Amino acid sequence: MKNDSEMDSTEKQKTKTLNGVQSNGQDSKGKRIDVLKTYKIYIDGKFPRTESGRYYVLKNKDGDILANVCQSSRKDFRDAVVAARKAQHPWASRSAYNKGQILYRIAEMLEGRKAQFISELSDQGLSMAAASSEVAQSIDRLVYYAGWSDKYQQVYSSVNPVESSHFNFSVPEPTGVVSILSPENYGLIGLVSTIAPAIVGGNTVVALSSSAKPLCAVTFAEVLHSSDLPAGVVNILTGHRSELLSHFSNHMDVNACIYTGDNAADIKKIQENASLNVKRPLIYSKDNWMDDSSQSPHRIMDLQEIKTTWHPIGQ
Amino acid sequence: MKATKHAFMDSPSIDQVGVEERISRLTKRSIKKESKLTALKMALSMVDLTTLDAKDTPGKVRQLCIKAMHPHDAVPGIPQVAAVCVYPTMVRVAKETLKGSKIQVAAVSTAFPSGMSTRKVKIEETRYAVNEGADEIDMVISRGHFLQGEYNYVFDEIAAVKEACGAAHLKVILETGELSTLDNVRLASDIAMQAGADFIKTSTGKIQPAATLPVTLVMLEAIRDFYYETGKKIGMKPAGGIATAKLAIQYLVVLRETLGEDWLNPKMFRFGASTLANDLLMQIVKEHSGVYQSIDYFSKD
Repeated sequence: MKNDSEMDSTEKQKTKTLNGVQSNGQDSKGKRIDVLKTYKIYIDGKFPRTESGRYYVLKNKDGDILANVCQSSRKDFRDAVVAARKAQHPWASRSAYNKGQILYRIAEMLEGRKAQFISELSDQGLSMAAASSEVAQSIDRLVYYAGWSDKYQQVYSSVNPVESSHFNFSVPEPTGVVSILSPENYGLIGLVSTIAPAIVGGNTVVALSSSAKPLCAVTFAEVLHSSDLPAGVVNILTGHRSELLSHFSNHMDVNACIYTGDNAADIKKIQENASLNVKRPLIYSKDNWMDDSSQSPHRIMDLQEIKTTWHPIGQ
Repeated sequence: MKATKHAFMDSPSIDQVGVEERISRLTKRSIKKESKLTALKMALSMVDLTTLDAKDTPGKVRQLCIKAMHPHDAVPGIPQVAAVCVYPTMVRVAKETLKGSKIQVAAVSTAFPSGMSTRKVKIEETRYAVNEGADEIDMVISRGHFLQGEYNYVFDEIAAVKEACGAAHLKVILETGELSTLDNVRLASDIAMQAGADFIKTSTGKIQPAATLPVTLVMLEAIRDFYYETGKKIGMKPAGGIATAKLAIQYLVVLRETLGEDWLNPKMFRFGASTLANDLLMQIVKEHSGVYQSIDYFSKD
């Protein structure tokens, strides 16, 4: 009779795979089958699959399958806009302090799940160093915008001199629902850099993730979900930009559309579609989201409308 | 009118599981393109545009009537709604505003929405509404009496109100949300039709649940059986909780599959709703323009 040490490796392998249980009693614990995550989309605080039932397969550079990713349709977008519209007014009515707290909370949650984001980014082709620095920068950027939540109003408001007995002042107000075609080359920081300035200003968003690097977008949705962010404030879809671009820009209930990239035909299309309801088309063509030039209170103001009030006063 | 032997005494009992299965099958239909546009316009033409708030004013009612006549003039070929539905004291204002149009004025009556009053008061109120010019009367049944098993009382009351209606059409609201079972819904439908209802209607809109598809199917089947028995065609009006175009189209599918083409018109089928009209309009405009719409570009009623 053979004992363990005499078994060759192929035989060992065979024993191991037999119903996942070893028969020789030495190592009775079978090899556990990992539970793989289903990457779904994020609409109205829930994680549905795309209503279209379509998927695309995401592979790493060795050709191994990483995930089946939802290929969202225009109807998913429509549903997300309904949720975003419903959430917009209550979100804008939250105090600036509270919005800032929630953004900071998102940063905290992201910090706690750093490792998962780094591993997803590296699965999608980044070096470990690049992945770590992208995650770190994303966290810092959330803190940056959390800090601006009760300050940008002070910087951009004004008391205006007028030639009558009026107290005349201008304050920024959120534009409403913002659709975002997030950067294709950055799985996480691109999304964070476009979503954070929108929501800190009281807008709600529907964002399309990078189609080549969608994993972090879905995991980021889980972070948002556990950060006291009300349902519908951020909705995240995965899928193909070419299919959704015109819907993101022509929906009448969307007030601003952020486009990241430099495809001239896409930009033209967005600008034309935006004219339908005079939504703001915002084109961010510079494709470097890592450095500090990608964060600015101007990004918040891109999504604000200025309201001027005339208030009668005595002599 | 004397309560003789009524067919409602042997109303069938309802298989709830069967009803729900049938509904889930019917609501899976996919209606697209031209069929969808036809259905949307048909649904709009069947809407009873409703305002039944204690805070209603003549101004609000006038606004509603203008919305009824001009749902959305920016797109040609959009039908007017079937009727406006108001409290009796607002009938005159509605009638004046709608003069010259084919839109009917419906008045809720009989101590709407509770029905907790004497028969004398209910008949008085109904006569008042008709005198003011109401073309249709929406009455509520006495649910307390019904649930106590006093079916003859309910029958007689409906018959008495029908008499007070004169030429006006009578819709009988069963308030199915308070009847607890589908068996009761069927029984109440049979009583109402026997007693002379021109329409049977699910709900006041003041109680949850209001209209649901299973309840509507049961009532439509009651109408079908009544038609086979007597040859009389009774109308149907689901009301309350129907806020989206998608849901409205599902009701039309159930209607078409249960009663057929003869009921697919505003004379035989109505939606009682306040926000449905705008959602239908948004979907109609979406079909025309290909672009998803925003409520900001549609008049509030």
